[in-house]
Amino acid sequence: MKLVFDRPASLKPTEFSFCPGCHHGLIHRLIAEAIDAHGLREKTIGVASVGCSVFLYNYFDLDVVEAPHGRAPAVATGVKRVHPDKIVFAIQGDGDLAAIGTSEIIHTANRGENITIIFVNNTTYGMTGGQMAPTTLLGQVTTTSPYGRDFRQDGYPIRMAEMLATLEGPAYVCRVAVDKPANLMKAKRAIREAFRMQKEEMGFSFVEVLSACPTDWNLSPLEACKRVEEELIPYFPLGVFKERKIADHL
Amino acid sequence: MERILVKGNEAVAMGALDAGCRFYFGYPITPQNEIPEYLSRHLPKMGGTFIQAESEIASINMLLGAAAAGARAMTSSSSPGISLKQEGLSYLAGSELPAVIVNMSRSSPGLGGISASQGDYWQAVKGGGHGDYHLIVLAPHSVQELYELTFRAFDFADQYRNPAMILGDAVLGQMKEPLHRVPPPRLDLPPKDWALTGCKGRSPNVIKSLYLGQGELEAHIWKLVKKYERMKNEIVLCEEVETEDADWILVAFGTAARICRSVVRLARLEGLRVGLVRPITLFPFPEKILRRVSRTTARFLVVELNAGQMVEDVRLSVEKDAEVFFYGRPSGAGSLPKPREILEKLLALHNGIETIPQGEKRNGYETRI
Repeated sequence: MKLVFDRPASLKPTEFSFCPGCHHGLIHRLIAEAIDAHGLREKTIGVASVGCSVFLYNYFDLDVVEAPHGRAPAVATGVKRVHPDKIVFAIQGDGDLAAIGTSEIIHTANRGENITIIFVNNTTYGMTGGQMAPTTLLGQVTTTSPYGRDFRQDGYPIRMAEMLATLEGPAYVCRVAVDKPANLMKAKRAIREAFRMQKEEMGFSFVEVLSACPTDWNLSPLEACKRVEEELIPYFPLGVFKERKIADHL
Repeated sequence: MERILVKGNEAVAMGALDAGCRFYFGYPITPQNEIPEYLSRHLPKMGGTFIQAESEIASINMLLGAAAAGARAMTSSSSPGISLKQEGLSYLAGSELPAVIVNMSRSSPGLGGISASQGDYWQAVKGGGHGDYHLIVLAPHSVQELYELTFRAFDFADQYRNPAMILGDAVLGQMKEPLHRVPPPRLDLPPKDWALTGCKGRSPNVIKSLYLGQGELEAHIWKLVKKYERMKNEIVLCEEVETEDADWILVAFGTAARICRSVVRLARLEGLRVGLVRPITLFPFPEKILRRVSRTTARFLVVELNAGQMVEDVRLSVEKDAEVFFYGRPSGAGSLPKPREILEKLLALHNGIETIPQGEKRNGYETRI
């Protein structure tokens, strides 16, 4: 019988311990599939950030180093500069990347470090119990915005992909979602493209993935997917914001 | 033997290059800028990497990444910048990563000033960042030692898989002295089979400091503690100057020890037998050496360029009936003590002129000039 579906070799034979309906597991799988598709498992080094993405080494069957909160792009820079022939990637959440690590992500992107960042944007601090994030939507109730996010108090949700796309350094910047099969397939292609960019030394690649956090959103998994479509995507539009076509950009 | 006239900061950079360091990450701050400037000229020519990072925080985390990848790597800064690096230092220690961090310290707290200070002693030797950990801390007192101890710091870091700090100051970094650029002997070091290189032909390596399982973190910390205990037996460095017949022992490190060398000479000219114990490793601290010395000489004067920090470790080290006095000048422009000033303090103590309040143990802080 022909094998049509299997666990990617870059994932360990273990179950995800993410909450029911969380999109982290899907995103992990897409990354593992991309690494496998390019034949990079034994060349890849992962960087775990602080938040739900810290458990990266529990699931990926790869070399991994754990970074302090927000510092994954700097740690990945250090790893990549020592091993320019290896593939280096990090998964970062919105608190990690768009709040405490804003400086690191902007300057790593601006240097055009040849690494891949997968940015999981679920508009909340998932690991710590659902506090307000820089990407929390206006009016969104969280444990630290109990009356809903108000721009007069907290400012506006940050669109990181658009912001990074203004820089000269990045080779590839896009935003995808995994809320339904059509979007999932586009996300799969985008993540694979990001790793291809790195493999071909095109420079910094960045994929923002809109992700559901049913637990902290107080929604069922299906309702959470619906929220991604009806609330997140209108504010955080999907698409490719920057795509370098040639390697000799300098 | 050829000698070259170099600045202390350049000697640090040379020591790093000769130790095989090919990765440097830093951020500008006075008085250590000659280190990144020198390395930005030389590393690219040697196939190495120099990155001027966007912040001290980014540079310590680039260092963490390079160390995890198995490379010899270094960062340098000065007091306010070293404060920003404390998070990374805690992670380096917790993740058992070897790396070298240079603190050409300046006067503080806050923005303080740019003159020499030893106000970062506690921060360097007691941890500095969060959690139960220690850095290996080396305190050079000459340009030659800045070179040699930077070289050795890489070996010590690799030997114990622990970050090592060079604790210098503005005087040491900025002064010029002749240097024999000859590397000290290399240690026989364990292979870095834990480093991240991609898991080709082996099971994956994971470098982390998060331990959530029952009892895991405690076991991890006891493992670190055993390492610190081994350091105390294996790598203590300390210089003794004329301690055999001394009536008084000065204890000082770094720039303060340079001044105290002159005090020893001046005192002996005036008939007072004074010796000097100069800790070179501040962690591990030369506890056993101080205890031994305190059995024959029971009077100590600790001299520091701060308001009294190492004096606490000296008190913990010596026999309990030894008397430990302190003389220090908190840092700032124009605040370096002169040898004569320290000698007068010593003579006053020796002649019993200093008034000691009745009934109080004679281990008071004696900070008046």
